Amino acid sequence: MPEPHSARPAGAAAETAAAAKTAAGEPLLSIRGLSKRYQTPRGTVHAVESVDLDIPRGSITGLVGESGSGKTTLGRTLLRLVEPSAGSIRFAGEDLTALSPRQMTAMRRRMQIIFQDPVSSLNPRLKVEHIVGEGLRAHGIGTRGERRDRVAALLEEVGLSADQMKRYPHEFSGGQRQRVGIARALALEPEFIVADESVSALDVSIQAQILNLLLDLRESRGLTMLFIAHDLSVVDYLCDRIAVMYLGRIVETGPARELVRAPAHPYARALLSAVPQPDPAAPRNREVLAGQIPSPLDPPSGCVFRTRCPRALQACAAAFPAPVAVGPGRFAHCINL
Amino acid sequence: MTKAPILSVDGLRVTFRARGRTVTALRDVGFSLQAGKTLALVGESGSGKSVTSLALLGLLPPNGAVAGGNAFYRSRNGETVDLAGLSARAFRKIRGREIAMIFQEPMSSLNPLFSIGEQIGEMLDLHEDLDAATRRRRIVEMLELVEIPAAASRLSSYPHELSGGMRQRVMIALALVCAPQLLIADEPTTALDVTVQAQILELMRRLQREMGMSILFITHDMGVVAEMADDVAVMYAGAVVEEAGVGELFAAPAHPYTRGLLASIPRPDRPEGERLKAIPGAVPPLFALPRGCAFAPRCSFALPACQRRVLLMEVAARHRAACIRAQEVLADA
Repeated sequence: MPEPHSARPAGAAAETAAAAKTAAGEPLLSIRGLSKRYQTPRGTVHAVESVDLDIPRGSITGLVGESGSGKTTLGRTLLRLVEPSAGSIRFAGEDLTALSPRQMTAMRRRMQIIFQDPVSSLNPRLKVEHIVGEGLRAHGIGTRGERRDRVAALLEEVGLSADQMKRYPHEFSGGQRQRVGIARALALEPEFIVADESVSALDVSIQAQILNLLLDLRESRGLTMLFIAHDLSVVDYLCDRIAVMYLGRIVETGPARELVRAPAHPYARALLSAVPQPDPAAPRNREVLAGQIPSPLDPPSGCVFRTRCPRALQACAAAFPAPVAVGPGRFAHCINL
Repeated sequence: MTKAPILSVDGLRVTFRARGRTVTALRDVGFSLQAGKTLALVGESGSGKSVTSLALLGLLPPNGAVAGGNAFYRSRNGETVDLAGLSARAFRKIRGREIAMIFQEPMSSLNPLFSIGEQIGEMLDLHEDLDAATRRRRIVEMLELVEIPAAASRLSSYPHELSGGMRQRVMIALALVCAPQLLIADEPTTALDVTVQAQILELMRRLQREMGMSILFITHDMGVVAEMADDVAVMYAGAVVEEAGVGELFAAPAHPYTRGLLASIPRPDRPEGERLKAIPGAVPPLFALPRGCAFAPRCSFALPACQRRVLLMEVAARHRAACIRAQEVLADA
């Protein structure tokens, strides 16, 4: 693994990252003991189980994990798009789980979501002006003319042109549609955005455009983001902090660069070593995992990873491990690090 | 010393008829695959990499046709066959025994109504005449070869009862039943989680070592290219724009598109705070390609002369690029 660069460019990104660190004392979003369980005819699905997570104001936190890890459910539960089964969600000092539906509607202006697939999340029969201005209309903000001006400004902010507001989604390319989705999310001036696999469907050359746009918006608007993704190289590029999920649990959290370069939890290590590096000369020290992820209908007792873990002990079956500090701001849930 | 390539494609052209007009999906595809090696065919959506693989197997849809070029394949008895313009009848002898293919989504190529044992058995029956016991043993061996646990007890499983990774293993078993010389793998791990992808890539490498087959590996993932390929052909808008050994391609890309593609990927060793260099604009639609070099409208090296047709040219030993400024691109690195 290469060493982190010591000579850091005095660029805006580095400053923002530093600002995120100083603000780390008062997270914008703070989750404690959050669980989401679904009752099915075959039993209880433990989609998200007892998750603690802090998202510092102005930071981009990456949530990574494979299919079935619960990352999408967690993203939706913390916005209360899905009702949690247990736990608390504090956003800007308020407990979201205690809000009435009416109070929650008002709160929704401050927290938005961008989806993976811009095609299926944009109504094909509406012009972009309506799609982007929908939230403004629903919240009764501005006159029609004012809303149109806002939509024009939003489109330019995300790298489209104002005259494109008269077009329909199908007239845009994949990357442009994702820009429309971002403009829509920004319309109500949210403080917090959940981006769920927002660049996964894009080609890499277009993906880079959208990632840079998200970084620009974080700087210009001071946005806080939860970026849900399965692509670790993208998360490493975009995020200040990373949380790694496996089978409904967060197994490790920490600053992005440190976590990616030296993951501590055995699952995080296996996951990161599995990522193919775009460098034919890179050494391959792969820790190939045996078997498959167990069913969330019947997760293993204790540590959920123990059935596939090369370091598992008998004691791992007893209880899900408490977080162990493995560096500044870094925690791994493992008793055998 | 290099042997003659097992597959040598030159100037391949494929057109589709749609709503009364003809669209050229492949304008100029050329590359060569050395026997026993892996060539990665890499490109973004719409670059024509999947159309290329379908054309090589005679699997183009009815409105598509090979309109020019050659694809010389050296068969196991030493004959040279031009796959471009081969009859449907002749293709039936090629597919399976000579060239086999695996796809991104195994569910769409496995039959949901038959058990995996029946499907592998059916493939065996097409090419060999075996007694029941030998047939069953061969099926189990195939499943063991692709590392399916408790293979003998899986014969009666149906595709939907298997995980994505296991289905991909079954598809590989199906493709390899007749020990083909050439395996075309079209994004075989794209739908899989990264830890499962690692298992499948490892399996493919092992099988290639043991069976000595050649692989045409189609992917959009430069990480997978770096890991699997000996040689790489980069496609853009229906043409191969660069071809080189994998080390050379990553170290010294000679086409501005390849360079842009590599600069778009977040690398773990980049300096902190450094922004990705995205390629501006988007891929043009196939029915509205610019004259000459299709990449020119997005290219920072473009000149008026780029409106003329450009062919793959040698820029170094075993390194070709379709760019009139390739030498300057190399020097600018």
